[in-house]
Amino acid sequence: MKRLLVLGAGTAGTMIANKLRPSLSSDEWSITLVDQEREHHYQPGYLFIPFGTYQPEEVIKPKDRFIPKGVSLTMGEIDRVEPESNRVLLTDGSVLTYDYLVIATGTTPRPDQTPGMDGEEWRRSVFDFYTYDGATALAEKLSGWDGGQLVVHITEMPIKCPVAPLEFTFLADSFFKSKGMRDRVEITYVTPLDGAFTKPVASKRLGGMLEERKIAIETDFYIESVDNESKKIVSYDEREIPFDLLVTVPLNMGADCIARSGLGDELNFVPVDKATFLSTEWDNIFAIGDAADLPTSKAGSVAHFAVDIFTENFLQHIKGQPMTHGFDGHANCFVESGDGKALLIDFNYDTQPLPGKYPLPGIGPFSLLEETEVNHFGKLMFKWVYWNALLPGRDLPLPALMSMAGKEEMPE
Amino acid sequence: MSLATIAGRDVHVDEEGFMTEYDEWSEEVAGQLASNIAIELTDRHMEVIDFLREDYKAQGETATLRRVTTVGGIPTKELFQLFPKKPAKKMAYIAGLPKPKGCV
Repeated sequence: MKRLLVLGAGTAGTMIANKLRPSLSSDEWSITLVDQEREHHYQPGYLFIPFGTYQPEEVIKPKDRFIPKGVSLTMGEIDRVEPESNRVLLTDGSVLTYDYLVIATGTTPRPDQTPGMDGEEWRRSVFDFYTYDGATALAEKLSGWDGGQLVVHITEMPIKCPVAPLEFTFLADSFFKSKGMRDRVEITYVTPLDGAFTKPVASKRLGGMLEERKIAIETDFYIESVDNESKKIVSYDEREIPFDLLVTVPLNMGADCIARSGLGDELNFVPVDKATFLSTEWDNIFAIGDAADLPTSKAGSVAHFAVDIFTENFLQHIKGQPMTHGFDGHANCFVESGDGKALLIDFNYDTQPLPGKYPLPGIGPFSLLEETEVNHFGKLMFKWVYWNALLPGRDLPLPALMSMAGKEEMPE
Repeated sequence: MSLATIAGRDVHVDEEGFMTEYDEWSEEVAGQLASNIAIELTDRHMEVIDFLREDYKAQGETATLRRVTTVGGIPTKELFQLFPKKPAKKMAYIAGLPKPKGCV
């Protein structure tokens, strides 16, 4: 009996179990998922919690509901991987062995990595919205807030879902308008990047949307510390931005067990081949989803497209055949822009987000890089798709690799 | 991509002036690139540049500020003093390496 061990039963790990189980004979292969949480969170839903659009219960379901028959789920905290002996040690002392290992342990916001960020003001006037607790605490804060300086801040790239801070900002603008208090709030968007987003065409479009909404942007801001006493953030080049309410995206890091295993880079992400997700060091270890060091967005959509490629490659790899499917870094994300509208972006390692229609060229129904109500509807509908089709590993009618069809070529 | 003459040598650069050929770089070229952006190179600057070039050779990617600090051992604060305003970009420019991927 061969043993496939998948560390992490989040979006990527669950999809892998669902996709691979039907393709691997149960007589020859066991599949085991390891996780320490019993609940699966629909993380894109966190964005809507602070504004009261989603209730907390809507984003949580029990994990075992999504684990297929013939796959076991082991609950436990991972201490470390011992790649030279093909073993995984759990903190309770138990030992799991594997023939092949898939690391899907994701990424986590780490406010402890920036001096002062998780200090006295944490969850009083300093919040994150990338965790369930952070999003619900912020909902309570926002419901009673009477205005002032709102600073939305990104610590450092890469972060999970890189458009979410912009979405939060647009939704906040819309939220304050609907409460009739927009004139009592000054919003500043603070980023380590040199513009609103990473890629030029989208950065210009999204930057313009900030300007239209009278949201100030502070670029190239590399945070050194949060000053809890005088309530300001301070950069390494000694700029200071005061806040009454700071909504920050802390440094994102891979799991600490990756560092303990000696398998990670300086942010605990696992170095992998960008086309196949095979570890650059070990021939029987893959890393997929946010846990890998891929130069594309850390997002569920990327994990989804990546798993499609991975499944076919894995079946070749275990037969000793070359892996013939290459991932292109395909990502697509709805970007909520407030007032019941959203944009959609679709891109990969080489092609930046461009205007056009998706997924059907010329037809859509979704419009790329343009604010429409249909896009917003798509974003809301996606929650259903996630729970009912994506996680269970059903095929979606979306090709894994990005297509130029329907996109307008733009000069650089 | 185009050719530029730097410190008396023809080197390949991209549209923003970042060198594209690792082996066309030399210390003289670095000195000229640095003075283009009003930086006078000291030994400490060269420690950073040497780390970046070595790391690029091993990793195939330009190191981030965090990597220069955690792996290269040079404090972030000092990087901002040595290469003011946009250290990641300026270090890569002088080291003859691709602009660090602003990430994604």
